[in-house]
Amino acid sequence: MVKKSIHEINSKIRDGSVNVVTAEEMVHIVGELGAEGAAKEVDVVTTGTFGAMCSSGVWLNFGHSEPPIKMQKVFLNDVEAYTGVAAVDAFIGATQVSETLGMDYGGAHVIEDLIRGKSVNLHAISHGTDCYPRKVLDTTLTLEDMNQAIMMNPRNAYQKYNAATNGTKRTIHTYMGSLLPSYGNVTYSGAGVLSPLSNDPDYMTIGTGTRIFLGGTQGYITGAGTQHSSGGGFGTLMVQGDLKNMSPDYIRAANFTGYGTSLYIGMGVPIPILNEQMAQATAVTDADITTNILDYGIPSRDRAAVRQVTYEELRSGYVDIDGRDVPTSSMSSFKKSRIIASELKDWISRGDFFVSMPAERLPKDVSAKPMKQTEGIALVSDIMAVSVVTIDKDASVYDAAKTIMETDFNHLPVTGEDGSIVGIVTAWDISMAVSKNKFDLVADIMTRKVITASADERVAVVARRMDQDSVSAMPVINKSRHVIGIITSDDISKLYARRS
Amino acid sequence: MKIKINISSDILTKPIMAESILETGVLLNISQAHFDRSHGEVVADVERDKFEMICKSLMNKGAKVTKLDTPIRWDEDECVECSACISVCPTKVFSLDDDFSLLVDDAKCIQCGTCVDMCPHNALSLENSK
Repeated sequence: MVKKSIHEINSKIRDGSVNVVTAEEMVHIVGELGAEGAAKEVDVVTTGTFGAMCSSGVWLNFGHSEPPIKMQKVFLNDVEAYTGVAAVDAFIGATQVSETLGMDYGGAHVIEDLIRGKSVNLHAISHGTDCYPRKVLDTTLTLEDMNQAIMMNPRNAYQKYNAATNGTKRTIHTYMGSLLPSYGNVTYSGAGVLSPLSNDPDYMTIGTGTRIFLGGTQGYITGAGTQHSSGGGFGTLMVQGDLKNMSPDYIRAANFTGYGTSLYIGMGVPIPILNEQMAQATAVTDADITTNILDYGIPSRDRAAVRQVTYEELRSGYVDIDGRDVPTSSMSSFKKSRIIASELKDWISRGDFFVSMPAERLPKDVSAKPMKQTEGIALVSDIMAVSVVTIDKDASVYDAAKTIMETDFNHLPVTGEDGSIVGIVTAWDISMAVSKNKFDLVADIMTRKVITASADERVAVVARRMDQDSVSAMPVINKSRHVIGIITSDDISKLYARRS
Repeated sequence: MKIKINISSDILTKPIMAESILETGVLLNISQAHFDRSHGEVVADVERDKFEMICKSLMNKGAKVTKLDTPIRWDEDECVECSACISVCPTKVFSLDDDFSLLVDDAKCIQCGTCVDMCPHNALSLENSK
C-alpha cells in the first residue's frame, strides 16, 4: 500500500526531489512497474488539453469614467458584452459575434487581441441616473488599462466528447467543423490519454480549488462546469484565471464556418499520485476511452450514434463506418496538449507550481437534463395548408398561369404520371418564360429540384432549410412522394408572431 | 503538373476532353470533376512538357485551361496543428508526422478550397479565391 499526502508531495516540490511525469509517460511507467511500483516512483502526473471551448469568457472591470456611467449595454470592438452587473463590469463571451463583422470576429477575438496587447474600442450606453449621469461613453483600452480581467469559463475541458459525422447528402458546417456528405469524414475533440478528467474519472484529486495551468498561467478550478454529466463520463470544469498573465500561445480565437466564433483554451491539470488507485487511473490510454460517433446531419438534440469508437481509432486517421475507411480529423491539437502537459511538468519540477487538494470534490453520477419546453414543439402538420393545388407536368404554361390566378396559390407543385411530385412552378417561373417568349409545357419551365418537407418534421428545422435554400414555400410530401400539403414562410411567421 | 479545365454550358455535352486526348495523344489523369447545368470543372494531372499541346487543343474546342501552380498557403503562426484540414482534403495534402506536427505537401493541392472553410484558425488561404 502506497499512501502519500499533498503536504509530502509539496515538500518534495519545494526541495526539488519531486518526480513528475506526463500522463503519456505514466502509461509506460505503470506498464513496467505496475500500479504500486508506479505510485512509489511518481509523485505527480500532468495532463493537458488544447481545444475549442465555446463556454468561455472574461470578466472585465473598466474603472469609472468622469463623469461616471452605469453601463447598460457595452460593446468591445462592436462585440456585445454582458453588463447587467453594477456599473463598469462586463462579461465578454467567446461566441458573441460582432455587430458589424458578424461571424468573422467575436468575443474570442476580443480576448485574444487583449492578450496580444492590442487596444480595443469600448462603447457603452446608459439611461443616466443621479449618481451615474453619463449616458454615452467611447474610449480605447488595453488589457493593462483594466482593473481586472478574469477569465471565468463556465464549461471547459470535457472529459471526452462525441465524434461527429454527417449522413446527409450535403456538406454541413458545425462547431465540429465541415462535415462532408454521406459519412465523408469524422471529426473529434479531446486529448484522450492526456485528458484531465479522463485521468481522474472518480474525481479523487480534481475538484473545487484545484490549482491548474490555464492559458499559460496558474488558474483554479472553481467547481463542476455547467452541464456536468459525470454519470455518462462527460464531466466538465468551471475554471478561472488572470487574463493579464495569459499567453496567445495557449488562448486562441477560432472561427467555425457557418457556426461562428469560439475560443481555443489550453489547460493542464496536475494529478497528485496519493496511492496506487491514482497511479492506475492515470495509466488510462486512448484505447481505454470510448465515445460515440454521432450523425450531426440529424437536426435534433437526440442524434443517432453511428457507432462506438475509441480515441485510439480516432487518432489513427481512419475509422470504419459500414466497411469503409472514413478519414478523421481532430479539432483539438494533440501537439499543443503535449506541450501543455510538459510545460506544467517543468513548472512543478522547478518548484514554481504546487499541487493542491480540492476543497470540494466534483459531483459524481449526475447528468444534465434536456430543456423543459412548455410551448410544445410545432410540427409541419400543425401549420401546413392541406388544400393544395397541383398541376400536371404536361399541362401548358397557360394552364399554370390560369390556375395561379384562379386559386391565389403562388406555388404549384408539379406532378408526374403516378401523381408523385416531379417539380414546382411559381408565378415568377411563368413570368420568366413569358419574358423569354419560350413557353409551352409546365415540364419545360418548372424547377426540378424541389425542396420538400414531411408532415412530421419540426417547424424550426423546416424554417432553417427554407432559409438556406432561399425558397418561400415547400410542398409537404408523404413517403410515396405525393403532395399532401404546402408550408410557406408566411405560415411560419404567423406561428412565431402568435407566440411572441 | 495540375491543371483546371473549365467547360461552359454551351459545349458541356460535347466530348471535347476525349477528342483532345485522342488528337494529341496526351494523357490526362483526372482527379476531380464537377458538372452541373451551368458549367463543368475538371482537375487533372498532365506531364509538364505536354501541357502546351493539350492546352492548345482544349482551348480550340472552347474550354478554358488554367495551371494550378499557386497551391494552398499555410500560415504557421496561426496554425495550432489540430489536424482539422486532414479529413476534408480530397488529395491528402495534409498529414501528421510521428510527433503530431502538421505536414503540408502542397504539390498535391488542387486548390478546391475545402480546407480554407474548415480551418478554425484562418491558417489556410488561396490566392486566387475569396
